[in-house]
Amino acid sequence: MKRLTAKLVFMGSQGVGKSSIITRYIKGDYRKECEATIGASFMYAKVTIRDYTITLKVWDTAGQERFRSLVPMYYRNSDAIAVVFDVSDRESFRQVKSWINEVKKNTDTPVVYYVVGNKTDLVDSRIITYEEAKEFATSVDAHYWETSVYSNSGIQDLFTNIGRNLIEMVESSKRPTNIKLEIDPEEGPNNVKINNSNIKCCTN
Amino acid sequence: MISSEEYSENMEEAQETDISILVSDVNNIAIEESEVNKSISENKPLPSSSEQSNSYENLFDQLKGHNKHIFVLSTAGKPIYTRFGNENQLASLFGLMLALMSVTQDSNDTLQSICCGRTRIVFVNKDPIILVGVSQRSEPYDQIKKQLIYVYNNIISTLTLTQLKKIFLNRTNFDLRRLMSGSERLIDKLITFTENDPGFLLDSISCLQMPSNSRDKITQTILTECSKIKNLVFGLLIAQKHIISIVRMKKYSLQVSDIHLILNLINSTESFKTAESWTPICLPTFDSSGYMHAHISYLAEDCQACLVLLTIDHDLFFTLSEAKRKITEKMRRNDCLQAINDAIIRQPLSLARANILGLRHLLYKIKNRSQHWCPPFTLPYNTDTLQQNLMSVYCSLISQMNFPGRNLKVIYQQLTSETIVAWATDEVELYMCFEPMVSKECATNAVTKLTQWMKKEEDSLFIFNIPMF
Ligand SMILES: Nc1nc2c(ncn2[C@@H]2O[C@H](COP(=O)(O)OP(=O)(O)O)[C@@H](O)[C@H]2O)c(=O)[nH]1
Ligand SMILES: [Mg+2]
Repeated sequence: MKRLTAKLVFMGSQGVGKSSIITRYIKGDYRKECEATIGASFMYAKVTIRDYTITLKVWDTAGQERFRSLVPMYYRNSDAIAVVFDVSDRESFRQVKSWINEVKKNTDTPVVYYVVGNKTDLVDSRIITYEEAKEFATSVDAHYWETSVYSNSGIQDLFTNIGRNLIEMVESSKRPTNIKLEIDPEEGPNNVKINNSNIKCCTN
Repeated sequence: MISSEEYSENMEEAQETDISILVSDVNNIAIEESEVNKSISENKPLPSSSEQSNSYENLFDQLKGHNKHIFVLSTAGKPIYTRFGNENQLASLFGLMLALMSVTQDSNDTLQSICCGRTRIVFVNKDPIILVGVSQRSEPYDQIKKQLIYVYNNIISTLTLTQLKKIFLNRTNFDLRRLMSGSERLIDKLITFTENDPGFLLDSISCLQMPSNSRDKITQTILTECSKIKNLVFGLLIAQKHIISIVRMKKYSLQVSDIHLILNLINSTESFKTAESWTPICLPTFDSSGYMHAHISYLAEDCQACLVLLTIDHDLFFTLSEAKRKITEKMRRNDCLQAINDAIIRQPLSLARANILGLRHLLYKIKNRSQHWCPPFTLPYNTDTLQQNLMSVYCSLISQMNFPGRNLKVIYQQLTSETIVAWATDEVELYMCFEPMVSKECATNAVTKLTQWMKKEEDSLFIFNIPMF
């Protein structure tokens, strides 16, 4: 069994459904009435893929403008970033770009980027089409994924896909990452413990 | 808490006579403003009601249904907050408030309060924002003003004073709601707190009642972990509205009004129960210029006490998270979690145990610790309304007792439904509520008896040990 620990940060405007997505995945419930997150909250999420057990340290940020200058403290050293928007709200989609730009500007380690279009159940008021969002995501080297917390679609797969991308990143490349990989002694050769978090990336 | 502005009854009277002039202007201004604002409002689709005037009526009917309002606007007149209704639809009302303030400003004066009939309107100008309270609950001026200051502090706690000033420096027309989003519910809850909680009236906190040796053990456990951490400034353990324990860094102390903001944040946020939180918070009395960072988490699923660790270092999350884990673990091992659970479910100490004839209820405050005890309400105060009335009685009693300039030691008043007594010594303040016909001697004896009884009980009711690291 290989154990991976990685940091996943959810970003995006307030009200797009970040907290709902995370709560749905971790606790399996959905509440129509939920309070706005203040600051950020931290949780662990587990994903199992093949012989990997992935522990995601999940940060749910508030997306409030007043904390804009404090946001780097949340996304620093992250391995995956999911920027969420509401498919029925163009302003929230517009914000995705500025979030991604900001993170890219301040990050020099490889990161898995996801643009997540949430609330796809709102078929009638939907404004951002799949094509438009997908095209945008591709243009910023991000994956695109759609979810609806309300009808519980795409949530499990979002976390599984992020997990899969993290594994790819660890397995395929020699590039240093922040991810902590531990291979259990009984299975791993020579009791390998890799923790690259101190290595700085120089390749840009 | 109340700012040092000079304010005497005479001044207030003078103001109130002036007001009749202002009030007669009110209608004119209101009409003009609503004309002006029609064009603004028309840009936004208004709810169902087709006719403009009709919707205004609805709006004001809706506001009239409540006897206490708080409004916040910018000095440029932009809406920031209203307790009831939608601030977008209140443009004319905000315009009127601004007009009233500037009329007095033009004559180099400051508008503090307006009384018309049972309605009292209080203005607080904290440039770049203005706070207005409208009350029909016969609350004293200083009480409403203090509530407005609390609301102001809450805004500072989300934004910092530095950020607030900076925003309006270049953009006087800025819409502050953009930056406040998500914190409206904290203001709503804080206002309710200021209306119901004796701690607000007394500038004090309430402690969770527990044996002092249990409390010491808990405090020691927190202290041991916290003292290892650089840049950790305060640690608080909270059970609902009560404080279990406080530790602090040498040279720094936590003011009551800041603790009230922290308590309000905790008690208004359900999600703290399910996840660890890492939240920037400004404590206005401690330092209004910058954010501190709060690690907020409940000890365990089976122990609903909330631990708040405050630091100035934004990189400390995982250190604090680890400290919290150790604190919980240790507390579990030395039975502290059990002690907390016992204390939370225990029947609170009843005043009946003091066995004092005619004494129905009281507020007991230890002055130099800023802590109070408010026993559970019993008959005849068994409904919300009756408790609310009693709180109003306390409110005016406390306000009389602490009126600036006077130095009262005792107040004895026979009201229609109760006799009330305020009693102050160097150490304590007592606000007591007796049955209607209780004599002065009887009340005096009660104070003596009560003081003796409290000596035995106070170890478990108050925190006498707030250690430093
Ligand atoms: N219709 C619909 N509403 C959603 C969905 N996800 C979240 N919401 C609602 O959107 C609001 C904001 O959700 P929240 O998770 O607090 O957003 P956050 O600020 O991004 O964390 C809440 O009222 C949710 O119930 C969804 O998939 N469909
Ligand atoms: Mg949220």
